[in-house]
Amino acid sequence: MKKIGLLFSLAAGLWLGGMVAWAAADAPVLIRGVDVYPVTGPAIKGVSVLLENGKIADIGAKVAAPKGARIVDGKGLCVYPGLIDSATQLGLSEIEAIRESVDTGELGEFMPQLRALAAVNPGSEHFPVVRVNGVTTAMTFPAGGGGGGRGAAARQVISGQAALIHTDGWTWEQMAVLPSAAVAVQFPSLGGRGGRGGNPDFAELLGEAGAAGTYAQTLRTYQEDLAKLTDFFDQARRYQKAKAASAPGLVRDLKYEALIPVFEGKTPLAISVSTPKTIHDAIAFADKQNVKVVLLQPREIGSAAAELKAKNIPVILGKVLALPHGEDDPYDQAFTLPLECYKAGVKFAFGTFENEFVRDLPYQAATAVAFGLPREEALKAITINPAEIWGVSDQAGSIEKGKLADLVVTTGDILEIQTQVKHVFIKGQDVDLTNKQTRLYEKYLARP
Amino acid sequence: MRKLLFIALAALAPVAAETIVIENATIMTVTKGTLKGSVVIRDGKIAEVGEKVMVPQGATIIDAGGQYLIPGIIDCHSHIAVDGGVNEGSVSVSSMVDIKDVIDPEDVSIYRALAGGVTTANILHGSANAIGGKTVVLKMRWGKDAQGMIFEGALPGIKFALGENPKRAGNPPGGRGANATPVFARYPATRMGVEDVIREAFNQAKAYKAEWDAYDASAARGEHAIPPRKDLKLEALKEVLEGKRYVHAHCYRSDEILMLLRVADDYGFKIRTLQHVLEGYKVAPEILAHGAGASTFSDWWAYKIEAIDAIPYNAALMQKKGIVVSLNSDDAELMRHLNTEAAKAMKYGGVSENDALAMVTINPAKQLGIDQRVGSIEVGKDADLVIYDKHPLSDYAKVQKVLIDGTVYFDRDKAVSAAKAAAAEKQKLLDKIKQSQPRQQPARRPNG
Repeated sequence: MKKIGLLFSLAAGLWLGGMVAWAAADAPVLIRGVDVYPVTGPAIKGVSVLLENGKIADIGAKVAAPKGARIVDGKGLCVYPGLIDSATQLGLSEIEAIRESVDTGELGEFMPQLRALAAVNPGSEHFPVVRVNGVTTAMTFPAGGGGGGRGAAARQVISGQAALIHTDGWTWEQMAVLPSAAVAVQFPSLGGRGGRGGNPDFAELLGEAGAAGTYAQTLRTYQEDLAKLTDFFDQARRYQKAKAASAPGLVRDLKYEALIPVFEGKTPLAISVSTPKTIHDAIAFADKQNVKVVLLQPREIGSAAAELKAKNIPVILGKVLALPHGEDDPYDQAFTLPLECYKAGVKFAFGTFENEFVRDLPYQAATAVAFGLPREEALKAITINPAEIWGVSDQAGSIEKGKLADLVVTTGDILEIQTQVKHVFIKGQDVDLTNKQTRLYEKYLARP
Repeated sequence: MRKLLFIALAALAPVAAETIVIENATIMTVTKGTLKGSVVIRDGKIAEVGEKVMVPQGATIIDAGGQYLIPGIIDCHSHIAVDGGVNEGSVSVSSMVDIKDVIDPEDVSIYRALAGGVTTANILHGSANAIGGKTVVLKMRWGKDAQGMIFEGALPGIKFALGENPKRAGNPPGGRGANATPVFARYPATRMGVEDVIREAFNQAKAYKAEWDAYDASAARGEHAIPPRKDLKLEALKEVLEGKRYVHAHCYRSDEILMLLRVADDYGFKIRTLQHVLEGYKVAPEILAHGAGASTFSDWWAYKIEAIDAIPYNAALMQKKGIVVSLNSDDAELMRHLNTEAAKAMKYGGVSENDALAMVTINPAKQLGIDQRVGSIEVGKDADLVIYDKHPLSDYAKVQKVLIDGTVYFDRDKAVSAAKAAAAEKQKLLDKIKQSQPRQQPARRPNG
């Protein structure tokens, strides 16, 4: 009897599994009676959303179900665009402490030719874990902390090409939204790259010697680092010109080649910065090189705010739930940075920068709301803003006809922890909401 | 001498005997339901709780209209306010050292924790050794000296640690290959060794206790016996055997959790709390049978191999199986939003609002044996209270005021204006330095 039951459920499982796969792959989906939060426009309550051929085909009060469409009852539920995390190492790093499972942080200082995308492991357990909280899309960076990182990566200046990926797919090729979304640069800074050093302002004023030596020495190192970076770009420019002129005897150089899309304005530099001074210097560098730039993880914007706004340079803010940098900085420094950006008119998006916290992306955004950021701005910073910043707003970031059907159906406000996610669609496919963690839960809940 | 100084300082300090009435709040008592009303505080204690209370003459009124009042948050696992390192890792059993002796009352993390609603924290030794140092419970009385921080009357504890961390100290990075040169080899290097170290320590402690028991009995009979030599390492373990010191054990995997419970059963002592206990959900019946509490993270995982089976449902699952569960931080940042960590137990596993709040208030109080004093809003308990502007289980909420023993230790309005003043002062100082002559660098002496 038991055996028959098992056989039956196996068969049913196969049949159902087949059905779901078939329906998801081919059949349109009609979500009925749902409250739509398009982000780019006001909420539309109690309407239908039709997903067809991976796209949002229609939104409206009266949308007829095409033949063979799967109907999802959306009554009492909300639908949001899929959330976008603008800085992760998804697919590249499985267990932080196990080097063998980490593929960020290659050796070498100037490595723009490295492609994060081709090292994305589609089988990473992180994908099903972050999907269930509504993160459908993420920037994955070739180094921890965006531009540079720990260990070997601490020496990196250019760590490679970041990719914009979906959090579901059979292969990294299928997951790719933008194979090369940015070239990641860890900008030199006084007393350590990316501002992991001390307080240069004070050191400068006091003429104090830091751990790395005197201020004069620190400044010299900084200028040398900056000169090396500039040299590299200048060389790459010359290469670009030589290539355009079909210079005889030109040997193909993969490193310089990788910067051509940057020079052509197709791919931005994603530059890790820290203080207003490094922001200013990074902008000056980008201006001089005449390239597009996105700044990563500043801990404050301060006096650089006006410049950011004037030049329309977007910023990827790090974790909102973060400690203040200095002992005497306000306790809510990181909580209020998004509000500061908003007030200054600086365009920003959020990144979590660590795989472990990607699933908390909406809650990081909500903390900024607790400390004054308008709620709709927080929502934009994980949907339409990153879509615009990374250049995919024609496909993603809001619920509009013709865009990719990357959608999250929830029981309520997507920024609230208590809200449950009921469905996630990526390119119109209904994504499995179970993962290793839900399976372990079910298994041990049933343990006698 | 130190005590005298403390008494002198205490005499100078303002007496916290102010009578305060917090009015119009939504009061979440945790143990006696939720009501709209007022709380009267007298002599640092909760004197009255009700929809309508008698306002004593001359009482200070705090109008908490539209706001929420909860008991002060208790963090069962923290390492803040420790002067210097938290690990005496040179030996595998360091039960002779005490965190109480190295409290740093000026650690700004105390203030930041306070600003996140934490009023009490269990300050633990690190996890470098199987049996670590002694631990202490502190109240976040920012501004008091080290002695003034200590939660008077709270039973002290001791830290145990299982798994990767105690193993690691004996197995330095560089691997075990033929070419590996261990910097130092400290037993144990495996989970087997961790068990042995704990058994051996209690072997000794039992013999030591027997010596003392024999001596005490003989002395009680009026015989002139010679007392045994006092052993400071075994003294702490003797206290564990006598139930006078709580064991707080860092652990991850289910095998090591079960091992520790069985060792404790064999030697006749209790594990008061299992800390982290990320696979606690796998051995919930065993934990329950032993009577240990479980203090875990809400959703941390994947940062090391022993955290790979961590599930965000851990807290909920263990609670469903009858274990007293708390959510802790182990982190100066996470500590500042344990309220929303509690909300995650609602999302992952469907814990009720009240049970979720209990995980950061009355449950940790029970685990630390201080539930007669703190952890809920009840008449006679310490007036350790937090006022939030919104529902504390929403991530839109922020802390407005925090009281400990009926004294306001944190007030957001004051903190915001103080931060402005501090920033202005800093700028003034910077300007002053800029105007002054550069300082003469002291001549450097050659090393030697």
